[in-house]
Amino acid sequence: MIVSLIIVISCLIIIIGLVVFNGASSISVDMITQTPSGGYYLGKGGGILNAILGSLFLAIPATILAYLIGLAIALYLQKDFIHSKISTIIRLSLDILWGIPSIIYGIFCLMIMMILGIGTSLIAGIFALTLLELPIITRYMDESIKMVPHGLKEGAYSLGSTKFETALKVVRKQATPGIIAGVLLGLGRGIGDAASILFTAGFSDNIPGSIFDSTASLPTMIYHLYSSPIPLVRERAYAAAFILLLIVFFISILSRYLSRKFTRHVIV
Amino acid sequence: MFEESAKIETKNLNVYYNKNHILKDVTINIPSNKLTAIIGPSGCGKTTLLKTFNRLLEIRDNVKISGEVIVDNENIFSSKKDVSDIRKNMGLLSQKPYPLPMSIYDNVAYGIKIHNNIKSEEIDNRVKYCLNESGIWNEVKDRLNEPASCLSLGQQQRLCLARALSVEPEIFLCDEPTSALDPISAQQIEKLLNKLKKNFTIILVTHTLRQAKRLADYVIFLYFGKVIEEGLASEIFNNPKKPETKSYIDGDIS
Repeated sequence: MIVSLIIVISCLIIIIGLVVFNGASSISVDMITQTPSGGYYLGKGGGILNAILGSLFLAIPATILAYLIGLAIALYLQKDFIHSKISTIIRLSLDILWGIPSIIYGIFCLMIMMILGIGTSLIAGIFALTLLELPIITRYMDESIKMVPHGLKEGAYSLGSTKFETALKVVRKQATPGIIAGVLLGLGRGIGDAASILFTAGFSDNIPGSIFDSTASLPTMIYHLYSSPIPLVRERAYAAAFILLLIVFFISILSRYLSRKFTRHVIV
Repeated sequence: MFEESAKIETKNLNVYYNKNHILKDVTINIPSNKLTAIIGPSGCGKTTLLKTFNRLLEIRDNVKISGEVIVDNENIFSSKKDVSDIRKNMGLLSQKPYPLPMSIYDNVAYGIKIHNNIKSEEIDNRVKYCLNESGIWNEVKDRLNEPASCLSLGQQQRLCLARALSVEPEIFLCDEPTSALDPISAQQIEKLLNKLKKNFTIILVTHTLRQAKRLADYVIFLYFGKVIEEGLASEIFNNPKKPETKSYIDGDIS
């Protein structure tokens, strides 16, 4: 008991400590307000605003898309709509998709892009991340929707509300805390993933001006910076990692706060 | 046996879950504007029978239903009938109250809003009317915007009654509505049912014989999915014709 606790907590402290210790000296206002100027990767001035914004531009639309598609699937997976044999197959497929390494989503999207003749771009990155997040968000929402008591649905049906009205207005509301947790879990996963966007979103020193521009992101930026032989630039990789960690922490705190806020109406 | 015409009739109703034969050839008449109690031991198909009436049973997998359920001279299983309309016509009170995950006000307004397109003042009036009818208005009038989950179980059950009233049903299906409640709340529900039976057809599933004696005008005794006996409450309780009914009422089987 105590040992497992120590392992978990010490992992957390060591990881954060290492990132802060190595990156703290490189963090500056410039870093989060400027894009890389010439020679940034050789140790000269500039910042990684392109990567911070790139990450947000990639992960937020991808999460919204995955939420919308995932919610429809998760609501439809309930036995009110389809036979439980079919939903078992769909759930199994989603679980397998969940386990597929993100690099494979990356090369899959790259293949599609080559067929369609699209180069590395924001939109391709968004699609790769949507695919990555979709099984996570869907299964998470599905589990929380499954927990909605049958009696609650019967109550809504007995008022003459249709399956769709019941799913959208009653079941979704009852499952809100789980839905929020699932969405933010997906967002956290998407914003931190490098492999799926490496080939699809590409890399750029500029903030993307349109969805067809290539874009940098924090994970790919960390990869770039850390590949450098110059110690100062490798420190910047830690600083970028620190910013990414802050964003992920913010998301998980937000998720806890929102879940708690929306339990107000939930029937126990 | 009773003067008025039957509100609900079933003819050779059979229900199977997977391979289990739950209801066997149930043929009964339920009189209108009376309280009919369905009594019988646990697991004899009382709830199943109740849920065939508003077609809630069909949501489950592997259910097979044959026979007819006739409400107001129309078979509810005929393809012409809209399931929503059938269900809306029958208010439901379940064992454990399940208010909707919304505010107290929205719980009652929900049903009104999905079926009508009316002004908010009119909705307000109808919400107030329904809450008044179910005897809960005075307790909730100052906190209509609070979540329904903060009410006590007894209040939640009366809120569910108000919610059912909001869509103007003619029939009430009550599935042991007092079994989860404390004695005082249970008494309030019984009083309400007694008041409502003048204007509504009420079907009450109960395994409390004393409750059936207090409330019922007409009684149906189910035993292992079969109707053993049906008739006026006074006859069933004082002068049962079948030996199974007699031993159930005497408490020999339960």
